[in-house]
Amino acid sequence: MDLIWDGVTEALRLIFSGNGYVYEVTFTSLLVSGSATLIALVLGLGIASFLAFRAPPGRTLALSAFNAGMALPPVAVGLLVSIMLWRTGPLGQLHLLYSRTAIVIAQAVIATPVVAALSTAALQGLNPNLRLQVLALGASRWQAALLLFREARLSLLAAGMAGFGAAISEVGATIMVGGNIKGSTRTLTSAIVLEVQQGDFETAIALSFILLAVILGIITVFTMLQQRRPPA
Amino acid sequence: MSAPLLQLQNIVVEHARRSVLDVPCLDILPNEVLAVVGPNGAGKSTLLRIIGLLEQPSRGKVLFAGRPISGNSLNFRRRMAFVFQEPLLLDTSIEGNVRTGLSLRGVPANDRQRRVEEWTTRFGIAGLGRRSARTLSGGEAQRTSLARAMVLEPEILLLDEPFSSLDAPTREALIDDLDAVLTSKRVATVFVTHDRAEALRLGDRIAVLMGGKVRQLGTAAEVFSSPVDSEVAAFVGVETIVPGRIREVSSGLASIIVGENTIEATTELPPGSDVLVCLRPEDVTVSGLADATLMSARNRLRVAVTRVRPAGPYVRMELDAGFNLVAHITKQSLEELAISPGANAIASFKATAVHLIPHRPG
Repeated sequence: MDLIWDGVTEALRLIFSGNGYVYEVTFTSLLVSGSATLIALVLGLGIASFLAFRAPPGRTLALSAFNAGMALPPVAVGLLVSIMLWRTGPLGQLHLLYSRTAIVIAQAVIATPVVAALSTAALQGLNPNLRLQVLALGASRWQAALLLFREARLSLLAAGMAGFGAAISEVGATIMVGGNIKGSTRTLTSAIVLEVQQGDFETAIALSFILLAVILGIITVFTMLQQRRPPA
Repeated sequence: MSAPLLQLQNIVVEHARRSVLDVPCLDILPNEVLAVVGPNGAGKSTLLRIIGLLEQPSRGKVLFAGRPISGNSLNFRRRMAFVFQEPLLLDTSIEGNVRTGLSLRGVPANDRQRRVEEWTTRFGIAGLGRRSARTLSGGEAQRTSLARAMVLEPEILLLDEPFSSLDAPTREALIDDLDAVLTSKRVATVFVTHDRAEALRLGDRIAVLMGGKVRQLGTAAEVFSSPVDSEVAAFVGVETIVPGRIREVSSGLASIIVGENTIEATTELPPGSDVLVCLRPEDVTVSGLADATLMSARNRLRVAVTRVRPAGPYVRMELDAGFNLVAHITKQSLEELAISPGANAIASFKATAVHLIPHRPG
């Protein structure tokens, strides 16, 4: 218990003393996970709209793949993205390995199936005639999609939260493709791993509390958006 | 006759290689209410979705004001409004729902508000404007749905059984309101229903759709009094359909042999024609044996009452006249007749009440 208490006090000290290292890894975490979540939302909602509204042939197979993607092992994703970004890999010319962009790519690959699978289920849960009704009201395809997203916002925001959670809590792929470089690609999760490896448990616990606080804060904002009364 | 507002030409819709709709030609005329009736699975909703440009036909063309619609149909869709069987309201306030179509069309805010107020008042939901659509009763929700359609001032209004999920008093009140609106606005309307009474009440013309095909199209009087075949006859409420043969015709009045009876009917068919004799139950009068001489109708048959059972505001009487004959009489008439199954009676009906359908026995 002492260790945890010391971790909490250390976390408060690090936050309020303006510790540059903590702020930097927190900023990196928010930047890469925020970007990855944004990409996952754009791709995931696009995929979900296509699967739910167009009902293409092979939809069940595609859905199975995305559902399985929710259990994608992060280290496998990290390895795959690393191979793609290696100097000799297909995307080696882009020189992205061990950069924040590489972490964004890896986290987006992990979060996109989560958002896509949960969003497809959310949109499929709407009354099928609702889309026809919205089109009959004079909506263009884009207007119809936005109105239907609004109707399914509770479940879609839950999908967004799950995607963000998958991205920000990810560590294996982040270290593999980012390299855990101080001042560049070190995130809260990779910093925690490093502090544990170095035996600095107080700092590791402090960083864990900061990570939890960040997650709690962002998920609270998502939840407030989710629970807000619909506009008149 | 004015030019059609919308035309269907050689429309075929196939689902999983099965034809669900086959309409060679159908015109929607300006200012008319076209009621489309038919049993469940007849293709009524598919037809309405094709007209509303919400579904692409497998083959054929839709023309709006003479212009074929191809590619992006958004501008044409925005000239119509659609009300579904379920209200399908969005998760917002009543006013928000009624306003949605106007916002999508980019109608200026002040005009939007004026039109929302006008139509929520007209459908009796103005006082509920800020309430969430999720808290509405079935009737209020369908009123909101109708206001949401009419606020768009459509050139064509499409109604897909909008009253079928409502209780009887709510349905009656809403039909009254819609009737008043359609009478005053004279907006071209296609009204799908499986309820004959609703079709009769609102429809200027009636199309009978069965098995994906328009089997008959005409005024309410034509369709209900002169159905083209036995299936249409049965659907529009003809309960007595029996085969017979015209023995002779004199001055347009035919004598038809039906079993051991002779029935008189007006017709232009020649003697020797095989026909189906159709009679609506409300056109058959039943009286006691002693009252037979008081009947002025040309057709008077001695019958045995086989079954009596309530049918809404009437009593349905099944009679054996050598063939099955069905009559609807009032409860008061039944009390006055004081007859029950097994009793004999006289069934009478006018020659003009009999409709004959040419028939090939086989």
